Amino acid sequence: MEKDLNSSVPSDSEIVLGILNDSKVTLKHLYSSYFPMILQLVIKNNGNEDDAKDIFQESIIVLYNKVKAGNFELNSKLKTFLYSVCRRLWLKRLNEQSKTSRNIHDFSELIPVEEDLEKHEEKNRQFILMDLALKQLGEPCKTIIEDYYLQNRSMQEICEKFGYTNADNAKTQKYKCLQRLKKIFFQT
Amino acid sequence: MKSEIELLDLIDAYLRGELEGSVLSDFENSRRNEPSFDLKVVEHHNFLLHLNDYKNKIKLSSDLNSIHESLDIQSIKEEVAPEPAKIRRLWKKYRVNTAIAASVAIIAITVTLISTGYFSKSISTNVNLLRREINSIKRSQNAIIKNIGDKPLKGPSDPGEFGGTGFALSANGYVVTNFHVIKGADSVYVQNHEGEAFKVKLIYIDPAYDLAVLQITDPSFEKLASLPYTFKKNPSDVGEDVFTIGFPRDEQVLGKGYVSARNGFAGDTVAYQVSIPVNPGNSGGPLLDNRGNVIGIINGKQTLVDGAAFAIKSSYILKSIEAIPQDSLDEKLVVNKRNTLSGLSRKDQFKKLEPFIYMVKVY
Repeated sequence: MEKDLNSSVPSDSEIVLGILNDSKVTLKHLYSSYFPMILQLVIKNNGNEDDAKDIFQESIIVLYNKVKAGNFELNSKLKTFLYSVCRRLWLKRLNEQSKTSRNIHDFSELIPVEEDLEKHEEKNRQFILMDLALKQLGEPCKTIIEDYYLQNRSMQEICEKFGYTNADNAKTQKYKCLQRLKKIFFQT
Repeated sequence: MKSEIELLDLIDAYLRGELEGSVLSDFENSRRNEPSFDLKVVEHHNFLLHLNDYKNKIKLSSDLNSIHESLDIQSIKEEVAPEPAKIRRLWKKYRVNTAIAASVAIIAITVTLISTGYFSKSISTNVNLLRREINSIKRSQNAIIKNIGDKPLKGPSDPGEFGGTGFALSANGYVVTNFHVIKGADSVYVQNHEGEAFKVKLIYIDPAYDLAVLQITDPSFEKLASLPYTFKKNPSDVGEDVFTIGFPRDEQVLGKGYVSARNGFAGDTVAYQVSIPVNPGNSGGPLLDNRGNVIGIINGKQTLVDGAAFAIKSSYILKSIEAIPQDSLDEKLVVNKRNTLSGLSRKDQFKKLEPFIYMVKVY
């Protein structure tokens, strides 16, 4: 009953290489190759395409973090890895929704991914913390931090953008903003 | 405070790789020699890693979303959607054929039932009611059926649509016949053996026993002599010789036979089975025994079976007469109690009976 969904799938090592190089082409390839599989999994187990989208994108982020952390070993197929991650994530979500444990209708082999998911959860927590902290920071601090640290703009550009008369003012502002951000981030 | 600001700027510059030459080597020296300075650098670096993760995730998410939007999700969904169960798949595939087959079957059945007369309300499909279709005669049978439109008649110029037989209940113009003879009639006439037609009015019908009582209302009608026959209350025995007089054609026809069974078609206790030659037009005719008692009224015969005619028992005629509210009648309906036919030969019986038996014509 399963359909052959992986026509022209790029090889796993190609994908890992592409991830390390931040290749958008690889990302797109990865997405279009494996999304149908996850969509099938979710739809067959009481979900819709939006659920599938969330779950699948989360699993790609897990994969990305794992690859970028440098400790990714290809000891299973990428497909199996993604499937296992998505399966876990979807099962978790189902259980949250209905408070009863359900069984998932499986159609692929599985590998244990608990460790990766724990790391992912930790990262997720920090992401949410950072998001909150930045939101609480307020303007102009948020923009300064984002411009300097996230978008790697030079202090010169920031001075011009905010109309600071000299670079020292900007530096002071940046320092104060960063201290506040750290305070919020580590407190909460 | 001032130095802290400068320090942060320096560390940022270092982490971005913007330091060069002597500044860079000084910085690295300080890291090696002062653990507290090194700690600050590492701390800041770690925090920047958090920020970096945040940045990367946001970027990745937006990339993924844009990819997702570029895909044709609907077609992928159709491709992977769980296939419907086999029966549903077969149903989907063959429902048009099934519908056509069903319609053909229904039409075929309906046509068959209509053409075999299943829906027409006859007593039974196997019993021919013996009223005569006068205008649209089916000559398919033995050409016995008579079209009375052939000959010019006295009375109404329209020859009527159906014909049957009826006989007098009393001398003052009450006539009994079968309900099926006069069913759906616009107007009914009776015609005696001399060819005089009289208009009659419907007094009483009893569809359950297939009986109808008429009254001659025509001013030209003159009272009859007293009736020569009586009505038998008790059922007749099987084997009893009987005869009937009817109008299968425009003339009275005598038929002779015997009671062949106590009950009628399919065990119908209302009727006898009679072995007697009867034809369309005989319906409503009296069935008399040798002594001149009316024992029944002919109402049908079984198709495809020879010599199985049926006659409603005379006791039901008496019941019907009793059921007529006497107050509603113009003239009293009194059933004759004196039999003057007993002991006569059949020829004389026929002669005496002639004036009391009518052709019933229905328009």
